[in-house]
Amino acid sequence: MKISREEVQRVALLARLRLTPQEESQLTEQLDHILGYMEKLAELDTSNVEPFSHAVDAVNAMREDIVTNRPNADALLANAPDRDATYFKVPKIIE
Amino acid sequence: MSFTALTLHEAGEKLRSRELSSVELTEAVFQRIAETDDKIRAYITLAKAAALEQARHADQQFMRNEITSPLLGIPLALKDNFLTQGLRTTCASKILGDFIPPYDATTVQKLRYAGAVISGKTNLDEFAMGSSAENSAFFPTRNPWNLQRIPGGSSGGSAAAVAADQCIAALGTDTGGSIRQPAACCGVVGLKPTYGRVSRYGIIAFASSMDQVGPLTKDVRDCALLLEVIAGQDPVDSTSVNRPVPRFTEALTGNVRGVRLGIPREYFVSGIQPEVVQAVRTAIWELEKNGAVVEEISLPHTEFAVAVYYIVATAEASSNLARYDGIRFGHRAQAKDLTDTYMISRDEGFGDEVKRRIMLGTYALSAGYYDAYYLKAQKVRTLIKRDFDEAFKRCDVIVTPTAPTTAFKLGEKTQDPLQMYLSDIYTISTNLAGLPALSLPCGFDSEGMPIGLQIIGKHFDESTILRVAYGYEQATEWHKKNPKLEDR
Repeated sequence: MKISREEVQRVALLARLRLTPQEESQLTEQLDHILGYMEKLAELDTSNVEPFSHAVDAVNAMREDIVTNRPNADALLANAPDRDATYFKVPKIIE
Repeated sequence: MSFTALTLHEAGEKLRSRELSSVELTEAVFQRIAETDDKIRAYITLAKAAALEQARHADQQFMRNEITSPLLGIPLALKDNFLTQGLRTTCASKILGDFIPPYDATTVQKLRYAGAVISGKTNLDEFAMGSSAENSAFFPTRNPWNLQRIPGGSSGGSAAAVAADQCIAALGTDTGGSIRQPAACCGVVGLKPTYGRVSRYGIIAFASSMDQVGPLTKDVRDCALLLEVIAGQDPVDSTSVNRPVPRFTEALTGNVRGVRLGIPREYFVSGIQPEVVQAVRTAIWELEKNGAVVEEISLPHTEFAVAVYYIVATAEASSNLARYDGIRFGHRAQAKDLTDTYMISRDEGFGDEVKRRIMLGTYALSAGYYDAYYLKAQKVRTLIKRDFDEAFKRCDVIVTPTAPTTAFKLGEKTQDPLQMYLSDIYTISTNLAGLPALSLPCGFDSEGMPIGLQIIGKHFDESTILRVAYGYEQATEWHKKNPKLEDR
């Protein structure tokens, strides 16, 4: 086994995904199968290979630190599930 | 012939000569959608009222002779992962089911500036994750050549809409083949430009080091025309590249004499449908007959590309999709505390394939596994890119099949994610290496399903790809065949 059910539960928590027990079983099996396929990368010796960073030659894109857009809180809050004036409203965080 | 069957350049000529108005053309497109989309289901959202308004505006420009671009008055469809101001954008996900973008993607802005008419938003695999459009949270799209078959994915809706004449042309996005594979499945032309050639601003992010916008069109000339409009550096996409945008239509000479075609031996192996090999070999011979030179080449790390891709793409996706937390936009579940708000909103909002990829990507990036998976994959990615650098010393373009098989049946691969991933085997290497590549029709199998020919170019050399594609298209009739929109 490449991945256990406990690891699936741990990763689901990291990813903030609630899974049903059936989803846990199915994902354990499917991820195990997929990770088994990924094993083939271990065949290659990459000890002297640099990890890939960018497809084409690129340097940092710099610009002046100035505001270029106009403030438009209403447009940005229009999709908010819940709001209060110009704030996003969320469930209580601290008891 | 109905107006909706016109190519972009043909429709443009008729508009400019006043033989046809943009309103007439736009109405014909919506008429065609009304007649056919209950079978195809290419569109998630139609924008008829706004489209007719844009068409009227275009007609006024024609009247005043203010013809600003070849796209003026042309109805185009957009994959539903392009942000369109005021027009619902779902990414085929329940988590964005009611999302109305506050701004346009740069490419959408460019289309609007060019005077194009936006017909609506097309279906896709949820968050562009899939090869069949079956992962849409809403409904699957059908292949116009056979309604029992998939249209390819993830830009399945755009490809099907172009093939079924439900728009004049469309835009899609391609992270691992999502323009080219559906183009092949639906018998249309699809181009993924070089990474950095076209702005990604306002495209809903999947895997940011590979995502790229490109055209899906009825022929190669249309593809060049659309690329000319959408290409170029964008100050708000720092990965877009400051390079002059050539007049791509000038590459359409019809002459392929002396072009060196690299044929990678690793792409013609067992597992590929024999009729696909046959059609691609015949296409290569056709190009050779017209003066192209064939070179056998090797891309030795091809067999590792699927594994590399499904680590890198899922890792990037797990990070990009962290923004869907139910706080600022998108679906929010009612929950007792913040952690549950995140966990339940995401559980209810994401479909199975999206969850699977988030899980795989989170795992590949997590402590203890990062070196074995993510770092290893990025090293092998370097080897894959080097393969292409070596190969392009000996050839100008690389010619391959676009997909190992023609369009498969709906439901055939949904239970086996790995088999589904292997449908991308010929397209993903170019995304990993950032190279441009195009698919165009090169024949049909014995069941009448289209076969795609893939032409891969050097970085920023879309012109040579288009030259070869146009040369082939001029010598053949495949692009003139039309689907019947029937079961078979």
